[in-house]
Order: sequence, then C-alpha cells, then structure tokens
Amino acid sequence: MLNIEIDGKPIQVEPGTTIIQAAKKLGVHIPHFCYHKKLSIAASCRMCLVEVEQGGKPFPKPLPACATTTAEGMKVFTHSDLAIKAQQGVMEFLLINHPLDCPICDQAGECKLQDIAMGYGNTVSRFHEEKRVVESKELGPLIASDASRCINCTRCVRFLQEISGFQEMGQAFRGDRAEIMPFIGQAITSELSGNLIDICPVGSLTSKPARNTVRSWELARRLSVAPHDGLGSRLYIHVKNNRVYRVTPRHTEAINSCWISDKDRFSYTGLYAADRLTKPMLKQGGVWQEVSWNQALDYAAHTLRDIAQQDASALGALISPTATLEEMSLAGQLMRGLGSENIDHRLRQRDFSPSSAPWLGMKITDLPTLDRVLLVGSNLRSEHPLIALRLRQAVNRGGEVHLIDNDLLIRLAAIVKAVATLKNAPCELKCIVSEEAKRVADNLVIGQNIAVLLGNVAQHHPKAATLHTLAQQLASLLNAKVGCLSESANTVGGYVARALPSKNGLNADRMLREPRQAYLLLGCEPEQDCAEGALALSAMKQAQSVIVLSPFASAATYADCLLPIAPFTETSGTFINMEGRVQSFAAAVRPLGEARPGWKVLAALGKLLDLPDFDVESSEEVKNNLLPNTPEFVTLEDSLSDLPVDLTSDLLADALVPVAPYATDALVRRATCLQQPRNGGNA
Amino acid sequence: MNIKNLIQSFSLGELRQGLAVTLRYMFAPKITVQYPDEKTPLSPRFRGLHALRRYSDGDERCIGCKLCEAVCPAKAITIDLGTNEEGVRCTTRYDIDLTLCIFCGFCEEACPVDAIVETHVFEYYGEKKSDLLYTKKMLLANGNRHEAEIAKNRELDAKYR
Repeated sequence: MLNIEIDGKPIQVEPGTTIIQAAKKLGVHIPHFCYHKKLSIAASCRMCLVEVEQGGKPFPKPLPACATTTAEGMKVFTHSDLAIKAQQGVMEFLLINHPLDCPICDQAGECKLQDIAMGYGNTVSRFHEEKRVVESKELGPLIASDASRCINCTRCVRFLQEISGFQEMGQAFRGDRAEIMPFIGQAITSELSGNLIDICPVGSLTSKPARNTVRSWELARRLSVAPHDGLGSRLYIHVKNNRVYRVTPRHTEAINSCWISDKDRFSYTGLYAADRLTKPMLKQGGVWQEVSWNQALDYAAHTLRDIAQQDASALGALISPTATLEEMSLAGQLMRGLGSENIDHRLRQRDFSPSSAPWLGMKITDLPTLDRVLLVGSNLRSEHPLIALRLRQAVNRGGEVHLIDNDLLIRLAAIVKAVATLKNAPCELKCIVSEEAKRVADNLVIGQNIAVLLGNVAQHHPKAATLHTLAQQLASLLNAKVGCLSESANTVGGYVARALPSKNGLNADRMLREPRQAYLLLGCEPEQDCAEGALALSAMKQAQSVIVLSPFASAATYADCLLPIAPFTETSGTFINMEGRVQSFAAAVRPLGEARPGWKVLAALGKLLDLPDFDVESSEEVKNNLLPNTPEFVTLEDSLSDLPVDLTSDLLADALVPVAPYATDALVRRATCLQQPRNGGNA
Repeated sequence: MNIKNLIQSFSLGELRQGLAVTLRYMFAPKITVQYPDEKTPLSPRFRGLHALRRYSDGDERCIGCKLCEAVCPAKAITIDLGTNEEGVRCTTRYDIDLTLCIFCGFCEEACPVDAIVETHVFEYYGEKKSDLLYTKKMLLANGNRHEAEIAKNRELDAKYR
C-alpha cells in the first residue's frame, strides 16, 4: 500500500491506482471529461490537471490526474494556484469552439461541460474570432449527432472499440480540425450504441427518439427492470406527467454494469404505439365495442366458466415470457382453478421433454472469469448483448470462445466424442469426429474454468433436450458448468410461478396443434411469439373464444374480448433473471387510459369466478405467497436431462430461423426507431 | 405634564400645525391623473401583459428552451416541445396562466432570445377565469400587435442590460 496525500488528506492506496481514483475514494472532486472508469485512459481533455509534489519537490508542470499513477509519499493539490490556473486555462480552450446553444441542446442540465464551466470557466470569453463549425454526421435512427458541440474526448471511440468491440467511429484530422466521425456513409450498428448517449459528456451524441421532447430537469427517475432479455438489466425510467420520456441504465456491477442494450433503452418508444389498448373491448355481433371493465370481466368470466363446465381441458392459456411473476402466478391459479392444466409460457420452444428452468447455472459476474467457453446455438449479440460483453471481457483476459452456429446436434456430439477420446472416457455416441471438432476439443481440455452455454437457438431447437444432455455429458467430461442463456426477462420466473403444464396438461406446442375451444392470452401475440406463427394464428382463428390480456390491440382479428393491461412501466411486478435473481419493481407511471396492471385484472377475474386465494391487495402479496421472505436469488436445480441421445438429423432443425433481433416481444416490435434499418446517410 | 405641553394643548398648536399641511397641499400642484383619459408615464421596464415576439422575417423567436418555465416562481408557464415542419425545435404549446402569474419578469430575464417579453399593456380583463389562460396563439398575437413598442423599450433599456 502507498501512502499519499490529496489536498492535505492522507489516504492509503494500492500500487497502480491513479490520482483520480484515489481522489474519488477520498471524495475529492477532480473535474474531468475524457476519463471514464470503464474505459482506457486517453488523458486527452487535460481537464484533470493537478499539482503534484514528490519527495518534497513539486513537479514543474501540472499533471493529468487520470493518467498519473500514485507513488509513495506523493502529495497532490487539486486546488492550488497552479492547478486552478491550469484547469481554467483548459476550460477556456474547450469553450473556444463550443457553440453557445445550451438553450436548445438536449444535454443541457446534465452536461458535464456546463457543470464544470460553472466551476472553472470565466464569465466572459476572450475569444472574438469565428467559432469552428463541424458538419453533423448521420449515425442512424437512434443517435443524433451535433458535431460542433464535440470536445474530442474520444469516449465514444473508446467505448465502441473497447466495450462494444467494433470500431465504428474514429477521430479524423488534427489540431482544431480534429473531428469524430463514423466510417463514411455508415451508421453505428452496435447493439449497445445507446450507451454512447450516456458516455458523451456534452451534447454531441444525444438520443434521436427523445430529441426536442423534454428537458432533463423536468424528469423524475423511477427504478425499474428491463423486460426484454434474460439478463434483467436495472433501469432508470425517466418520466414526466405520467409519460415515459427515456430510459437509462442503473449502475449495477453484478448485472448490467453501467450499460444497457439498445433494446432496453429504446423499447419505450413502443409504449405509445397507435394500437395501444386503453379501454376494455368486446366483439359484439362482429363489431368491436368499447365497454366498461365490469362488462368485459363479466363476459370473460362467463365465457371461461361456460367452457370449463363442459370440458376444462378445452381451455388453453398462453403466457408471454415477459409477463411478471405475479401475472404468471395468478394466470396459473386461474387456469388450475377452472380445472385446466393447459398453460405455458415457453412459446418459442419446440422440445418440451422434462427439464427444469433454463438458467445460467452460475452468476453473471462469473462469466468474465471463464477461460474456455463453448457457445451452442446463439446469436449472442442480438439475443443478449450484455452477456456478449461479459464474454468479451473473458476473451480480453485470455479466454477463448467457441461457437456452434449450425448443425448443432452433430457438431456438439462430435466435440463430446473428441473430448471423450482425449480424456480416455467411454463414449457411446455414433458420429464422425471432424478435424474441427478435434481442434475445439484440444482447446477446451486445457481450460481450467470452462462453461458450455446454450443460446436461444439451442433452446428453441426441436431437439433441445438432446442438446442439453450432450452439453451435460461434455461438462462432466471437462468438469465444466452448463448454462442456458434464458430467452426472456421472466423465462425462469415462469418455472418458479408454475406457468407451465403439469403432467396432464398440454404444452404451448400441443395447445396449438390440438386446437382448443378457448384461449387466454397474457401479453403475447401468438402469431409472432410462438414457434410456429401460422399454426398459432389458425388455432386462434378457429377458437370459439379468445380472451386477450394485452397492452396492445393486435389480437382484434381473432379475439372476442380485449382487456387492456399495463406494460412493464405501468405495473408493479417481479422478474427472475437467468441467474435466478429476484428483482421486483414498482410502476413508473400510471396505466394509460383505462388499462390496469395484469395482476389486478387476473385477481378480479379470479374473484368473479369464485376461485379460492384470489383475495389479494397488492402484487407484493402475490409475490409473497409464491416466494415467502423474497430471497435475493431463487434456488434453481441444475437440470439433468438424461435422455438417450438420438443423432438422426432433423430437417426442420436446419430450417430453424432465429428470431430477428428486434422482434422478440410485442413492445420491441412497436419501437419504430429500433425497426428502422441502421444505415448511414449515404447508404 | 409640564407647562409647555399644557400651553400647546390649550392654544390648539397641534391642530394649527395639521391644518397648515392641508393648506400647503391645497395650493400645491396636483398629482392625480384622470384615468383613463390621462395616464402616468411608464418605465421601459414596466412589466405588463406577456407577449411572444417574432423575428422581422416572421419566424418565432422562441426556441423552446423552457428556461422561463423553469424559472417561473408561480409555475404559471406550461410548455410542450416539438419539432416544426422544417425540422426545427419549437414549442407546440406555450400557456401562461395569468391568474397565477405574479409579473416578476423572471421569464423575460431568463429568455436567451428575447422571445417572451412583458409589454406595457395592463388593461386586459377576462370574464371567466379561463379567459386569463393565454395560449401561444394569443401571446404571439400580442407580440404582433405591440412589436414596435416592445422593440423601442428594449432599445431604451439596452444600455443598462
């Protein structure tokens, strides 16, 4: 440990700590623009200049605090005359070319340059020449560029290069003509591009969907959890007058670090889509009528009861895996109360052989420590952008990732056999070991900390259970972990809430292949959310009654009762992410129009049907009934599928088309900015 | 009570002193004006009814920075932001509730483009409370009507700003 002193306050720091990090520990603020704790050090803005004294002798020039490592006996002065003069000088230079357009800049109010100019800037400018003007770049539908405001801190360049992994921007030209630009005619395609908005310290990169809509000081931040992938990133939802204006990450090192994916950041634009359902509606004589909640619930309850009395198994419930734990739990109670076991949330799954919840089997923070990873059937960057980021960290630390992206079954089996041969273990698999499989096996066996991860494509595979069995065989040979990158925010929650059929019930696939008389849809659009959309649509169309609880009215073509429920921003609830972490959140805004939280609607339906245990007052009560004492993590067993492995190739499996990156759930599909192609102005 | 006070009381000294003031003001020049035929002069900084100004080419000055809304101590201003057909940032709504307004002039001070100003008009009324909710259209009309006077006052005050 080194003993140093900052502004007269002594502190002990690890060797290698920079002055700015030590100052942060002490609570001493050093102004900075280009320094970011997750990015490499550029020391290009020079704002963090401080006076340093070593061994009783002061350095002749001020040093940048972000790039200077501490040494024993170092004394740092952040507010000495020399430091203040240096900081003021830098500030003056930065302001020379910065336009005075704060009144129309979306960053105003949360702009680092504004804040620091208040503390270190002069009140008058000595610069009377013309300011530099830089042409703004076209960066695609998500990010607006105002290049004149840029202070060339290169945070965006470093983010794309170091964190997102693809250099899509760079600094061109020199001196005061230096400018940040993407490749000519190209936009930013990174699935983490929205983070550029957060890391840009000035208003050079701002959110295009939120442009000119709101000022930062008007917004209230509400805590929430992202509903779009299995990670469950923590969010701040920025609201004003009961409307969501933007979404930013909530720094949580164990889950999303300080980033979120574009899907989580921009999906809010779909909240106020034209087909948003704001009133309960009934189809009467072929015409849609807006009705009161009482009428709609009465109709739904009667229909469900009538059909259940004749034959309860003629009812089927399809639950969106993005529904909250409470909604899933109450929907399960409702169906079981009516006597039907036909309920499922595994809409895109094709293989329902017995297996337990598909979860990661480790903590998310364990991912960067892996040194060998075999990824089976995953478009990781589009499915789980932030997991991709964690694996990238593993690679940067010297780990290696192998991906099987087609012929999953055969190629995984070949690797299992190759590893078994290397380990001199018996293996009964009958397959040819290719050269490629041998190479992968050679590489995997030298790993110390190995994981086999199954992505969405593997989980939706017609032989998902076989893949899982193979992965387990491989894992036991390698002493590795098996993890599933669960698809949706509450895929794991669906298992905890028992939103899946027990022995006699039909699963999602059979419910559609053996059409039911009536369906209850919760938050899903079967034609797009189910494994086979056409099949789902025909099943819906033949049904006598389809009761839909959804924020959107897309089911109007086949439904006969539309009950508006609140999307994740407007309801309280709980998601369980892929590591089993239980995350509850409250509503950020009031439900739009007459929409109501899903758990309330289901509870009201249950009460109307005189079913037991529906007398709940809050979503917490539902959660507490399910998970008493609200653990931080649910205990999930490592699923052990032990099936006989049949490697006959499946034609259907080869034709398996992965879900498009921005078509995963109803809300994302309505976010127009995400649907637009990501190409630049000239492309 | 001493002798001096006693004499003053009995000789009606205080009464005469008071009447002297009355007498003096009887012959002094009068300051009462015959409103509405006559009006007192107003300072160029007088803060009356609000107006939104335009540039000489007819474009609205207001850029929707919302500083007036933020600074307003009575929360009388409500602004919604948007983009006009030319893709330029503008306000889609600019309401001032004159029943809330305390005419402090902070909005005028905060405005970076001299868009919201307070005119010399103080003779306005409303028959209903809602008449005193001035919308963007009404405020722009005020600006059009009084532009010459607003510009003159701004010029007179310019050297002190």
